[in-house]
Amino acid sequence: MNSQEHVVSHVHRDDIASRMGMWLFLFTELILFGGMFFLYSVYRFMNAEAFHVAAKELNTLIGCFNTAILLTSSLTMALSITALQKDKKNLSIFFQLITIVLAFGFLINKYFEWAAKFDHGIYPGSDTLLAKESGEILFFGLYYVMTGLHGLHVIIGAVLIGVMTRLTIKGVITKDSYVKLESAGLYWHLVDIIWIFLFPLFYLIT
Amino acid sequence: MASDSIAINGNEKEPSYLEYGGKGRGLKSWITSTDHKRIGILYLCSLLLFYSVGVVFGFLMRLELIAPGRTIMDPQTYNQIFTLHGVIMIFLFVIPGIPAVFGNFFLPILIGAKDVAFPRINLLSWYLFAAGGVLAILSILLPGGSADTGWTFYIPYSVRSGTNVTFTLFAAFILGFSSILTGLNFVTTIHRMRAPGMSWFKMPLSIWSLYATAWVQVLATPIIGITLLLVAVERWFGVGLFDPALGGDPVLYQHLFWIYSHPAVYIMILPAMGVVSEIIPVFARRSIFGYKFIAFSSIGIALFGSLVWAHHMFTAGMSDTGQFVFSILTFLVAIPSAIKVFNWTATLYKGSIELGPPLYYALGFIFLFSIGGLTGLFQGTLAVNIQIHDTSFIVAHFHYVMFGGTGFGIFAAMHYWIPKMFARMYNHKAAKIAFWFLFVGFNTLYFPMFIMGWLGMPRRYYDYLPEFHIYHFISTIGSWILITGLIIMFTNLIRSLRKGKIITEKNIWGGETLEWHVPTPPPLENFEHIPTITEGPYEYKQNEEPQLEEVK
Repeated sequence: MNSQEHVVSHVHRDDIASRMGMWLFLFTELILFGGMFFLYSVYRFMNAEAFHVAAKELNTLIGCFNTAILLTSSLTMALSITALQKDKKNLSIFFQLITIVLAFGFLINKYFEWAAKFDHGIYPGSDTLLAKESGEILFFGLYYVMTGLHGLHVIIGAVLIGVMTRLTIKGVITKDSYVKLESAGLYWHLVDIIWIFLFPLFYLIT
Repeated sequence: MASDSIAINGNEKEPSYLEYGGKGRGLKSWITSTDHKRIGILYLCSLLLFYSVGVVFGFLMRLELIAPGRTIMDPQTYNQIFTLHGVIMIFLFVIPGIPAVFGNFFLPILIGAKDVAFPRINLLSWYLFAAGGVLAILSILLPGGSADTGWTFYIPYSVRSGTNVTFTLFAAFILGFSSILTGLNFVTTIHRMRAPGMSWFKMPLSIWSLYATAWVQVLATPIIGITLLLVAVERWFGVGLFDPALGGDPVLYQHLFWIYSHPAVYIMILPAMGVVSEIIPVFARRSIFGYKFIAFSSIGIALFGSLVWAHHMFTAGMSDTGQFVFSILTFLVAIPSAIKVFNWTATLYKGSIELGPPLYYALGFIFLFSIGGLTGLFQGTLAVNIQIHDTSFIVAHFHYVMFGGTGFGIFAAMHYWIPKMFARMYNHKAAKIAFWFLFVGFNTLYFPMFIMGWLGMPRRYYDYLPEFHIYHFISTIGSWILITGLIIMFTNLIRSLRKGKIITEKNIWGGETLEWHVPTPPPLENFEHIPTITEGPYEYKQNEEPQLEEVK
């Protein structure tokens, strides 16, 4: 670490600014996904029938299960912050670890789901998919791209929480200075909320 | 004035940001520094490096077009060169130009803060910028050659082209990320770190325009991020989201692209407008005319500018209602820009004008930007648009606003602030001579494009009919004059860093904003004590006798 930074960080600590920066970043993430939701809505409007047929191929049960996992992980994330605020460091670390475990649970589920689709020959460029109607090709194209990008965010979020756990153990994140953990939590809730929209759009509207 | 700065600093003079290197030495003290001033200079150096590459490509392109048929390169090389020229100039020069260099350096000083809100993220954004730039340059060297799609990456060609499009896409993606981080940092800094007493309407106008710009950076850039990513995905996996054969719609790509890329031109122009708003009152020795109108017009431009994107696509297929709405909005966005131009000229009226070099460039901005802005309205008119769509008319328009506007704005900012940054003064006479070369060269280069575009010369064409020869010929001559001007200007500025007259006074031009109240060059922490602001930024009443004589 540079000594200059030291001078500045001692003089200046602004948790509100940190939170504000995080919220702005979350806006950019929402807009990033917004571009794809935009594509989804246009293509759904153009191919309502085909989207209806294609959505039946997805396994609603796995989707439900994953939704439950993510919602629970958001809860444990929130609990870990509250635990830290009440100065229960170990409890907070425990909840953070649970969150990470749930994140991996989600990814494993996703893996099986995608693998099953691949087994059925449904993946971009496959003969089975290309034989279908163009609306269905678009549906699965969007499905892979959107859930894929969301999956990437789950991985980033899990790594981020891992870093926070380390910082909590080292005592950098404490009862009086928890804005980092809070920001990681905000990011995690974002990952959650994007899924909350992906789930009905792909699985439930059939 | 010199004694003044010593008195305030007391016996121990604080080290300037140029002297204090932190733990590192030499280059390391720069590339590991989180000081906003050093990061600004990192940006300045890398930016000028990329700019010179962009200029060389532009020069080669013009040289090729001096006569019909093949002159110095084959058509494929020509396609790659105009693509690189566009990508480098837009993503590596004009977009980061003022915010990343002068915004980073002066934003905290102008609002009375010691640094930006997130110094480390600031450094990260420079690293991303450098990485993006390297990636763009790398695409030239690798087998396959650099992209030949034009900077717009229009589908389907960008998916089918065998060149290194993916590299260029990722370069643009990373540069977008860098731009987002800068914007995020500035919004937070402006909200949280203004000095006590600096209410929103006591902020200098350049801060208003940086604020509007930062919001556009934050809100528009992610769209281009996802769009470019989707093109890359399309190239790798052939998902078909934009491929008509698989049910996709290529026009949707154009929509997504312009949803960012139109607001992006306001990311480019707004900060330059801010610089002009700083320079005009200082050299007219008057407080600015219509402060609030200029401030709100920045916000207005950002707001309306985000809603006009489809005017790039009038010929691409759109409903009549859509065309009508986008045309109307395009006309509306001209109003805030015009408000600014009128207010600047009103500020000059009856001012005690001191014709310093920065004012030359600022006036150049107003003149060229007005031509660029008005010809933009031609294109917003639906019927006229069909005649001049995709002709060199649009190339001329774009260069009048982006080079004549933002480019001259950047040059004005350099002549205004570089003496403050490095405590050395350049040769005023050379700066003015360079201006005339630039100004004459610029008009000779781009004005013929308006005429030939009107007559039907398409843009991006490698070859042309003999009837356009004279215009292309004049235009190429113009490019030589312009480049001569650039060489004189940069030689003068760079030479001044070593041999220019040393400046010790704080207030070089007689300005009233905060950067002229700190020592030259600014100390590490900008202010020993954070100032309390009691009046607006352009109150010239105590400034009856400008102290310009000593500097000359």
